[in-house]
Amino acid sequence: MTIGLGHYLAVGAILFTLGILGIFLNRKNIIVILMSIELILLAVNINLVAFSTFIGDIVGQVFALLVLTVAAAEAAIGLAVLVVYFRSRGSIAVEDVNLMKG
Amino acid sequence: MILSALFFYLFAAICVASAVMVIVSRNPVHSVLFLILAFVNASGLFVLMGAEFLAMILVVVYVGAVAVLFLFVIMMLDVDFAELREGFSQYLPVGLVIGGIFLAELLLVGGSWVINPNVAKSITSAIPANVSNTEALGLVLYTKYIHYFQLSSMVLLVAMIGAIVLTLRHKASVKRQNISVQNARTPELAMSLRKVSAGQGLQDADAAEWVQ
Repeated sequence: MTIGLGHYLAVGAILFTLGILGIFLNRKNIIVILMSIELILLAVNINLVAFSTFIGDIVGQVFALLVLTVAAAEAAIGLAVLVVYFRSRGSIAVEDVNLMKG
Repeated sequence: MILSALFFYLFAAICVASAVMVIVSRNPVHSVLFLILAFVNASGLFVLMGAEFLAMILVVVYVGAVAVLFLFVIMMLDVDFAELREGFSQYLPVGLVIGGIFLAELLLVGGSWVINPNVAKSITSAIPANVSNTEALGLVLYTKYIHYFQLSSMVLLVAMIGAIVLTLRHKASVKRQNISVQNARTPELAMSLRKVSAGQGLQDADAAEWVQ
């Protein structure tokens, strides 16, 4: 019952899939979409750290640290945009976001 | 060995279960709390792998900052979340199909990978022995990868300024200090001497000029 690299990669794959699924299931609720993106980034981090420790190269952990930074910045900006959007429209339903008719 | 395997399955099971609860939970507050649980268990997995520093950073950054940010936004916005869940069952089939395809692809890749035997030669910075994980990370982060480190600090700075600029609101009713106008004010502009005749008081024309 040795836990190898494959076990961690499986956890990462399942978390990644759950994140993708969350984006599709909660099409209207942008807060849960942002949380799903955080789950996806967590899965990526698990993969990076797993490869880093099992191969014995510290660079993967450095990169995971950078991914963590970007994830925090993305959450802050996303929630700020959400607050501004709610102030102007009174709703956060992302299906109605068609002001620019792009 | 058996204990670490046991803990791996414990952390992995709770992590995956709480990730499921994040995406199917009715109340977004519960979603955030399950997200915290998922991150805490993921940091447990990191500890099992031997990346202690990243595990602690994960708890500090996510539980301490990001999750609280989510909670604040959810509680401050007056949103009818029941209305936002209307399309859930409608999107369920297509979501399951796409998620299933994705998982099948990932498992196909996961079932057939091999590690290149030459990978040991191509390691750029090996984890040094007899050194704690934090020290090993610091040894390369502040020397070899200092530019990436500084670049990530710029990303955080831009995110901070961006979030402040986006959410800052100037109300018209709030009086603010205008320093350049204050500095440009001279005694001639601010004061005027009037001779007020007895029994008449200040004339209206004078008063209007005084306001200017």
